[in-house]
Amino acid sequence: MLFAILLGFAFSLFLVFAGKFFKGNFSILAAGIPLALFVYFSQFIGRISNGEVITEFHSWIPSFGVNLGFTLDGLSLLFSLMITGIGFLVFVYTSAYMKNHKYLDRFYGYLSMFMAAMLGLVLSDNLISLFVFWELTSISSFFLIGFNNTSRKSRKSAIISLAVTGIGGLSLLVGSLFLGSITGTYSITEMLSMNPEIFSNPYYILIVLLIFGAAFTKSAQFPFHFWLPGAMKAPTPVSTYLHSATMVKAGIYLLMRLTPVLGDHEFWNTTLIIVGAITMVYSAIHTLFRTDLKGILAYSTIAALGILVFLIGQGTKEALTAAAVFIIVHALYKATLFLVTGIIDHQAGTRDTTVLRGLRKVLFPVAIAGFLAALSSAGIPPTIGFIGKELTYESTFHLENMAVLFMALIIITKILLLYAGFVAGIKPFAGALPDRFVKTRMPSPLLWVPPVLLAVAGIVFGIFPGLIEGSLVKPLVSSMRLNGEEIHLKIFHGFNIILLLSVITIAAGTILYFIIKPTKKLEIWIGKFEKFSPQTLITNGWTFFYKFSNIWTNIFQNGYLRNYVSTIMVFTIVLIGYTFFTTATYSVDFNTFSPITVYEAVTSIVMLIAIGYTVFTRSRLAAVAAMGIIGYAICILFVIYSAPDLAMTQFSIDTLTVILFVLVLYKLPKYLKLSDYKMRIKDGVLSLAFGTIITLLILEVLAEPKNSAVSDYYAENAYILAHGKNVVNVILVDFRGADTMIEISVLAIAAIGVFALLKLRLKKSDQR
Amino acid sequence: MEVLLAIMIGVLYAAGIYMILRRSLVKLILGIIILGNGANLLIFLLGRVVKGSPPIIPADSDVFQSIYADPVPQALILTAIVISFGLQSFAIILVKRAYKVVKTDDLDEMNAIDKDS
Repeated sequence: MLFAILLGFAFSLFLVFAGKFFKGNFSILAAGIPLALFVYFSQFIGRISNGEVITEFHSWIPSFGVNLGFTLDGLSLLFSLMITGIGFLVFVYTSAYMKNHKYLDRFYGYLSMFMAAMLGLVLSDNLISLFVFWELTSISSFFLIGFNNTSRKSRKSAIISLAVTGIGGLSLLVGSLFLGSITGTYSITEMLSMNPEIFSNPYYILIVLLIFGAAFTKSAQFPFHFWLPGAMKAPTPVSTYLHSATMVKAGIYLLMRLTPVLGDHEFWNTTLIIVGAITMVYSAIHTLFRTDLKGILAYSTIAALGILVFLIGQGTKEALTAAAVFIIVHALYKATLFLVTGIIDHQAGTRDTTVLRGLRKVLFPVAIAGFLAALSSAGIPPTIGFIGKELTYESTFHLENMAVLFMALIIITKILLLYAGFVAGIKPFAGALPDRFVKTRMPSPLLWVPPVLLAVAGIVFGIFPGLIEGSLVKPLVSSMRLNGEEIHLKIFHGFNIILLLSVITIAAGTILYFIIKPTKKLEIWIGKFEKFSPQTLITNGWTFFYKFSNIWTNIFQNGYLRNYVSTIMVFTIVLIGYTFFTTATYSVDFNTFSPITVYEAVTSIVMLIAIGYTVFTRSRLAAVAAMGIIGYAICILFVIYSAPDLAMTQFSIDTLTVILFVLVLYKLPKYLKLSDYKMRIKDGVLSLAFGTIITLLILEVLAEPKNSAVSDYYAENAYILAHGKNVVNVILVDFRGADTMIEISVLAIAAIGVFALLKLRLKKSDQR
Repeated sequence: MEVLLAIMIGVLYAAGIYMILRRSLVKLILGIIILGNGANLLIFLLGRVVKGSPPIIPADSDVFQSIYADPVPQALILTAIVISFGLQSFAIILVKRAYKVVKTDDLDEMNAIDKDS
């Protein structure tokens, strides 16, 4: 299985080098990859339906418990087949849809990267590797939504979707880490038996919320749904593949996969039911107000995802069976509708439902596909959609709490979805053909065969539900630790209340379709509520965050050296000052200090005067001279306190610095007082405060005993080991000889720098 | 005497920082030099000061017989003095060049020029 996953990555890597070959007439060859994978996964159907679970294990980072463990059971098999099967049709469709596109190779690269990541996601048994693949799908989705990268809107949609799903991914990672630390493993299979420990853990609610955060962002649940309509900026094959059939179902997959681990808990079930119900009704209503075909489909996809979350929340065998069937139903009809929309857009040049009419006369096979898909979406027998709807109604009907309310909500949703399906699948083809579409041509079979295949599959599975019952639905339910044996799918359940509700739904939806005509007016009207939508709120938060970080940066990164220095000083003064005044002992014993002699007193006074002069003089020359005097005064202090080497060095260096200063003095700027009076007072106070802190610190440190182990070692061994009697010199040239050598190199580099600066001749153009 | 030295170091630090906070480039360099001197004295004082007994082993002995000044801070400071000379000379020449090119030594104006280009 690892090979199957890596194949997609390898192919996208291969396209980097051999992209040209796949741009022209050979682009259809790319579809060979998903086809091969589809065949590969199909061969497991027999074994899986016999209850087998196929596993594969590769070590990755065993020390952290992160491994590439893959499990193929009923759940992952259904998803793998969807990913590769619909993937194959989308790859074929793309070769015609984006024919001769400049970046077709790139497009295929992203698509196959996505396919590989998605396969990895549904096959991973290890939560951490699942997270890695999860993020890879978000990233490939980002590239595909922003594929038309010259459009500002595309780029913005891509960033929004990446931000939303990326945050969800992080939430998945944190949730996984929690689960891993509770159970001691990241393998989902091993977690299955640890149900009680997870339930009794105080962090259970938090873990579930984190997993929900991941699933709801990926599967576009309210209030994170808004990225999905934006993602429709992507080319239609992408919308079909990622944003309807597979990627957005990753959240559904995650919830189903973790149902045996985390599910069957009141919090889990209630939250999912409520969020799912809100999402499905909210977005089903939104379909009424859209005129763009893709917009309608986007909202109806969100509604379908809401239904799935709602069903998973119910958690019963009936509900999960319904979810399993509905995943298949939705993948088939929604993919068809998207592909049909793509053809209409491609051939007729518009996706506006208010003008599209009568296209059956020019696009007959496409019309059939649209019609069949609309039937399946409406749940009209004998489509598989009907079976899915019956199961959904039945399980909702048996809900323990507020069954009537949820029944009403699901019926409303289904009515609105029927309307949406009709608008997308039937309306563009019904009625008389307007003049502007007369010249519309039939597209290449590569475009219309894939949707027809999908639509026909929806009918075939509806008439012969046995085809999917044993092979896909039962194993899927079994993989969630429920007994799938008693499931029996059939198209006719006898005359009962469910059938009655179905008839009501279909009738009401059809009436709705004939009464409401999508118009621009409705779309504009709903636009007024945009202010309160989660998207606006989040975008505003986003803008606020930008502004805030701008202000923050401008305060601290303002480009003025003195502000940086002041900030550091104030911070240090406050920090050290606070610690100092709360913990210092103030036990300065003046008796231990040596008395002040006249030499020291005079030197200090000279130094003080020199400092004062340097700071306050208006003459450059005087300041430099005073600075030299400070150096000489320090030199004398070194002499007094038994540091002859330091005295010599200080004397020569100080002299050199002053000479250098004087040499270039008249080429230096005038020594002006640039800042005003207030500024000088402020800086003065700050500097004095810092100087005081330093003095107090010194006195405090001097009261502490001194550790002289290192000094004693050097002093004792200077002559014995290094045969020198001047210990300072021995340290510099012998014990720490390498340091001194590096120091000399630093000086050499500085000298080169000085020389280069002196010799530099700027060109006229570089001068100001 | 240590108290006097501690106060002198405090004054050197205060003066150095005050000069660094000025807008004139020349004052900035002088400030860095003064601050460096303060830091050297700080290290020197914290190694404890002793009068009249440099860390040089007497000619007639292989080891120290009596109290001696701590050699480690002295070695550190010696290095620091030399390195700071490298820094100062480079900075002085750099300021000279910068002044020649941008015709100002006001740090604030230099900042503005940087933004425009």
